[in-house]
Amino acid sequence: MPSPAAAIGTAFAGFADPVLDAQACFRAVLEAMSRPGRVQLLTGLPEVPPGLSPAAAAVLLTLVDADTKLALNAGPAAEAWVRFHCAPVLAPLGEARFVLDPDARLPMLDAGSEEEPELGATLIIEVTGLEEGAGWRLTGPGIRDQHRLRVTGLPADFCVEWAQSRARFPRGIDVILCAGHRIAALPRTVAIEEG
Amino acid sequence: MGPACQIALTLPGRTTSCLDELSLQGPTLSFSPDIAETAARRRWMGVLARASAADIARRLEALPQPPAHRRLRGPETGLVMVRGRAGGDGGPFNMGEMTVTRCTVRLEDGRVGHAYVAGRDSRQAELAALLDALMQDAAERAGIEAAVIAPLEAAQAEARAAQARRAAATRVEFFTMTQMR
Repeated sequence: MPSPAAAIGTAFAGFADPVLDAQACFRAVLEAMSRPGRVQLLTGLPEVPPGLSPAAAAVLLTLVDADTKLALNAGPAAEAWVRFHCAPVLAPLGEARFVLDPDARLPMLDAGSEEEPELGATLIIEVTGLEEGAGWRLTGPGIRDQHRLRVTGLPADFCVEWAQSRARFPRGIDVILCAGHRIAALPRTVAIEEG
Repeated sequence: MGPACQIALTLPGRTTSCLDELSLQGPTLSFSPDIAETAARRRWMGVLARASAADIARRLEALPQPPAHRRLRGPETGLVMVRGRAGGDGGPFNMGEMTVTRCTVRLEDGRVGHAYVAGRDSRQAELAALLDALMQDAAERAGIEAAVIAPLEAAQAEARAAQARRAAATRVEFFTMTQMR
């Protein structure tokens, strides 16, 4: 059994203003989800534990709480930080509602059921770059004609898995891409055409 | 609070709070250094949790200015469910909720201190967390123990004894009444 200090300890703070900063981050996630592929800039996290990008840390602080099943694989410092600030229920990949794990692939995750598709997992992926105006052609709800987004640092077969995952709509996985302080979202409705 | 009571914190929801883990460990479990350290820390955290912010601040004036600290969490106020056990070993039941303020601070050298105090006094929680962090260092511990913890503990013991004396004065000896007849 770990000592109490080790079990609860982290040396890294959360939001400077827990209410307003979480609201601002929630608004950014909402904006990203409703306009797929548009890059949103997050602010407001004073310090970040090793293993997480500022954007991923802010998204976790905003979306995860004591009732949330989370699968996390980002190192012990990040896990201690998330446990301290969010106190989530740590769950295996297939049961988690929120997943941040570089080894996670879309088919491994819970996609919800036909009756309750809203229970499908949200996958948070750390990527190296998000750039609008080139790369993928995104179409679907929330996009007028098409939107272009270049994502670097994703697994090679992501688009294939995405197409398979999208075929089971309304079940499915929503994705939040995090790079530095920026996020973009791929809700399960969006179609990705590599270009 | 007697040994029949344990506190289950529900601030974030589950067993990640230090009070929770501390309350689960009885002082008689074993004598490993870890447990002894836990018992010592439990004592000073308890003394600080029972002292008012003004009392702590007044005692702190005797010491050099404490180093700067950063708030990791809180001070924030929430509810905890206090659980009891009938007879000390019966089934647990929820006795009621109480208001608790908690705070966690970090010193510049990385020491982290926690505090959970009853009530809504965020200044008390922050001071208690700051002192808990300072007490982690054995070199600083003796000075704080002498200037803050020991006097506060003595004052609390004195207050408890005075209250017990006042209560004892109103005691009715039923045994005596039966004998007088």
